[in-house]
Amino acid sequence: MTSYFNEMYHAEGLRDPYRWLEPWSADMPAGKRRAKQAEAEALFRRIGVTFAVYGEGGDPDRLIPFDMFPRVFTGGEWAKLERGIKQRARALNAFLVDVYGRGEIVRAGRIPAELVYKNAAYEKAVVGIIPPKGVYSHIVGVDIVRTGPSDFYVLEENCRTPSGVSYMLESREMMMRMFPDLFRENRIEPVDTYPDKLRRTLASVAPPKCEGAPTVVILTPGHFNSAYYEHSFLADLMGVELVEGQDLFVDGEFCYMRTTEGPKRVDVIYRRLDDEFLDPLCFNPASMLGVAGLMDVYRSGGVAICSAPGAGVADDKAVYTYVPEMVRFYLGEEPILSNVPTWKCGHHDDLKYVTENLADLVVKEVHGSGGYGMLVGPKSSKAEVEEFRARILANPANYIAQPTLALSTTPTFVDEGIAPRHVDLRPYCLVGEKIELVPGGLTRVALREGSLVVNSSQGGGVKDTWVLVD
Amino acid sequence: MLLTVDHVTNYTYDRPVRGVVQSHRLTPSRFDGQRVMDWVVSVTGGTMGGSFRDGAGDFVQSWTIAGPVTEIAVHVFGQVETADLAGFLKGHRETVPPLAYLRQTAATMPDVAIADLASAFTPADILGGAHVLSAAVSDKIAYAPGTTHGATTAAQALALGTGVCQDHAQVLIAAARIAGLPARYVSGYLQASSDGMAHEAAHAWAEVFVQGFGWIGFDPANRCCPDARYIRLGSGLDAQDAAPIRGISRAVGSKGAAAENLSVTVAIAAQEQ
Amino acid sequence: MLSRTADNLYWVARNMERAETNARLLEVGARMSLLPTAQGFRSDWDSLLRASGNLAGYTEKYGAPDQAHIESYLFFDRDNPNSVASCITNARENGRIIRTALTTQVWDALNTAFQELREIEGARTRQDLSHLTDWVMRQAAMLRGAIDATLLRNDGFNFLNIGYYLERGDSTARLMDVKYYVLLPRADFIGTGLDNDQWSMLLRAMSANRAFHWAYGGEITSAKIAHFLILNPQCPRSLITCVAGMNNHAARLAKLYGHETAATKAFAALLAELESQTTDQIFDEGLHEFLTRYITQTAELGRVIHESYLSGDIQ
Repeated sequence: MTSYFNEMYHAEGLRDPYRWLEPWSADMPAGKRRAKQAEAEALFRRIGVTFAVYGEGGDPDRLIPFDMFPRVFTGGEWAKLERGIKQRARALNAFLVDVYGRGEIVRAGRIPAELVYKNAAYEKAVVGIIPPKGVYSHIVGVDIVRTGPSDFYVLEENCRTPSGVSYMLESREMMMRMFPDLFRENRIEPVDTYPDKLRRTLASVAPPKCEGAPTVVILTPGHFNSAYYEHSFLADLMGVELVEGQDLFVDGEFCYMRTTEGPKRVDVIYRRLDDEFLDPLCFNPASMLGVAGLMDVYRSGGVAICSAPGAGVADDKAVYTYVPEMVRFYLGEEPILSNVPTWKCGHHDDLKYVTENLADLVVKEVHGSGGYGMLVGPKSSKAEVEEFRARILANPANYIAQPTLALSTTPTFVDEGIAPRHVDLRPYCLVGEKIELVPGGLTRVALREGSLVVNSSQGGGVKDTWVLVD
Repeated sequence: MLLTVDHVTNYTYDRPVRGVVQSHRLTPSRFDGQRVMDWVVSVTGGTMGGSFRDGAGDFVQSWTIAGPVTEIAVHVFGQVETADLAGFLKGHRETVPPLAYLRQTAATMPDVAIADLASAFTPADILGGAHVLSAAVSDKIAYAPGTTHGATTAAQALALGTGVCQDHAQVLIAAARIAGLPARYVSGYLQASSDGMAHEAAHAWAEVFVQGFGWIGFDPANRCCPDARYIRLGSGLDAQDAAPIRGISRAVGSKGAAAENLSVTVAIAAQEQ
Repeated sequence: MLSRTADNLYWVARNMERAETNARLLEVGARMSLLPTAQGFRSDWDSLLRASGNLAGYTEKYGAPDQAHIESYLFFDRDNPNSVASCITNARENGRIIRTALTTQVWDALNTAFQELREIEGARTRQDLSHLTDWVMRQAAMLRGAIDATLLRNDGFNFLNIGYYLERGDSTARLMDVKYYVLLPRADFIGTGLDNDQWSMLLRAMSANRAFHWAYGGEITSAKIAHFLILNPQCPRSLITCVAGMNNHAARLAKLYGHETAATKAFAALLAELESQTTDQIFDEGLHEFLTRYITQTAELGRVIHESYLSGDIQ
């Protein structure tokens, strides 16, 4: 039986950051708890924070379950995480500028050329482009798990369009509304500066041809997208237009939006749309979501696109294993945060180990996301393991494997009362003229007992994440 | 050789269109085999947009036509001095790593027949092997205009056994990539010689990357390597990616596209120097 | 403002107003069917479907009119793009697309209407019609209230209001036209007690019977009604009020944007025309003919608004 680190109670008893939450939760009889839970759910539904799950059908307005028990970090713990996250965000951006430029890290033999240049996410179309301020990935979502008092591992990065930040903000809003006393008793770092910081980050990477204050927009695939709520939420809080591809058009050297007064020039596009759909003239010609000619405008300096096209090559799960190497190569520093040990099934020796130990490992598709196409060995039946073995052997390079991590638990409200459930953490690092990180993030919790899968599409919920002022 | 190009592409629409956007790769590449003496591209009613030289060394110029219009003419006129480098792309500045040209696209996705073709490749002599591959493609696909179309894939063309330069090039690319050779599609012009051998003035061929030599052109449609009769414009992973003109239009009063009719005339004249 | 945003705001208003119109139509129909008349209720429902432009769609689906089917068709039927359920769903969808252009209160009103609609649809027993129509008018009023109380007075506010007035004028014209269709077979009823009962019901359906009596007093006559619902600027649903409303909001847009458009000119022209009309002239032209002309003009205005602001191709 694996033992898990409980963030509230450890061997010596109650951990300090949770000291106020013990009496608070003890003072929560089932009736009151259910009433509060219902209140939270009604509020979420009313503001419209819903999440549509790909391919699951059913209710398109499903709520992500919200757990009222907060997850707490001390200021000291956070300081280390913050340094580690910023370090990785810097290294990842240096890597992107490098591999679309001279490829020094490849020439130096620190990362295999095939892994980078044969990668499906490597965009030939942006080779030679250095985006404004040398930033490819402006919002880096870093998925972190904890296994002990000071043991943190980075599970993966999302350098393109990490989602979920609206849940970070709304969860906090909800807690402050329902339990204002908690915020008087604890000194908790605010997270509501995020939209303003995001807006400044985006404005700071305006393109060379921009004159005056840049016009920033958010480009959404549309209101049928599962993250549409988040797109509109951020646009609202930043005070920028939320546009669809059909609202934008290219004329001459610039990109414009269609307004009731005529065309208005757009300088910075925060796109929540994959590269493939950005521009039918450059990428997928069948895309109806993008803007024809946008890439030519981008490549000739008429508009900035955040994240920059091509950023995806940095968050490939096989490239991930080299992030510590990037930190050493570009920054000359030792990585502050560790990677999870990872076996690349494309390597012969690794593949042998993986297939021999499948039942103990977590196996993921290199390009997968959202918890799909993955195997959690210890939680799977023999048949499932065998089925996955066949898939790996058919295309080994498409898979990586990691040990089943002993994810920490935090107390969570469940039907029977309070019980430990596994959690992870996704902070959002902003990279523009400056690198910034709001103290907090999205804590995802696996609500099913014993489950290690925290993805919202797989029955995960969210919690408010606190960073205490020490 | 001094080649004069006069190339007109005429688009006519059944309904007025507006918001037309085009991305052109219609400017001759810069390398030791060709030197531009004079080159003008014009678009009726068009506004010149941004331009840049991309990582593959191609010069890209975007155009927009606000409209509404029912007809657009893209006119290319110029003179290029060419030299025969036996297909070698010498002195061409580009930064895209050759490995990026190993990936297949929907149009080059190989099947068993293409894999068979690729097995003719002999890794011991890469350059020789590439010639063997190109010759094999020439043997397998007879030149027959009208039997394939723009969206025909490499696998389909090989199964058919007939096609045009686009099909020859895409089959060769698909096979070369299986053999582990970076390969790409090249679009350009070809001056048809008086003996009637060469066809298709708006032409396409393939380039294969050979370690130690760099990129080398192969034209399986004409069983040769590009020489002084060829003008190179740009390259890509397949025909669509390398298209000299990529464009999109929107019919007035609707979000859909109007029916488009395309006619192309190309005249290439040579002057021996 | 993005043309698409303006377009969705405009349609939030039009859809919600249209939902309300349908509820009012149903109420008129239900009440008319209670009147003791030799005509029976069948032809009345027929007229109602015809006047509201729903006859073809209904007949294709259900054939001969009967009250239960008409209720479903006008209220619940998702196949009918103009049913109350479709309109509220569309209005909420329009609002969801442009969530950022709405205040929490406005969104809340739209979303609550939609969520309650789903409850009503899911309920095992159907509520009676008067509850349903009351419910629709309450939702519409809450939205209207939230808009007036919380929304920024920017260009979006003007587009919303233009949508409201356009749809409302169209609705008044159509509701009045029901009366025309009801009477069509028996013109000799004009001036009789039955005629007055029908007019009175029409007023009631527009929540305007009290207002009418305050404004005119005495006998209900078709001339007074026509004046009230067409030419009286005090009546909140009269055609002239609606056209003046559109003209006012279009003028505000012109001031905001610093230029006139084809739409501002069209509104001003229509307003001038109505202001010079008398009830006599309207009856000379024929009430039905006049209303039909107004409905056509409204459709044309919709097109001009689209081209002037909403299409996205403004130069």
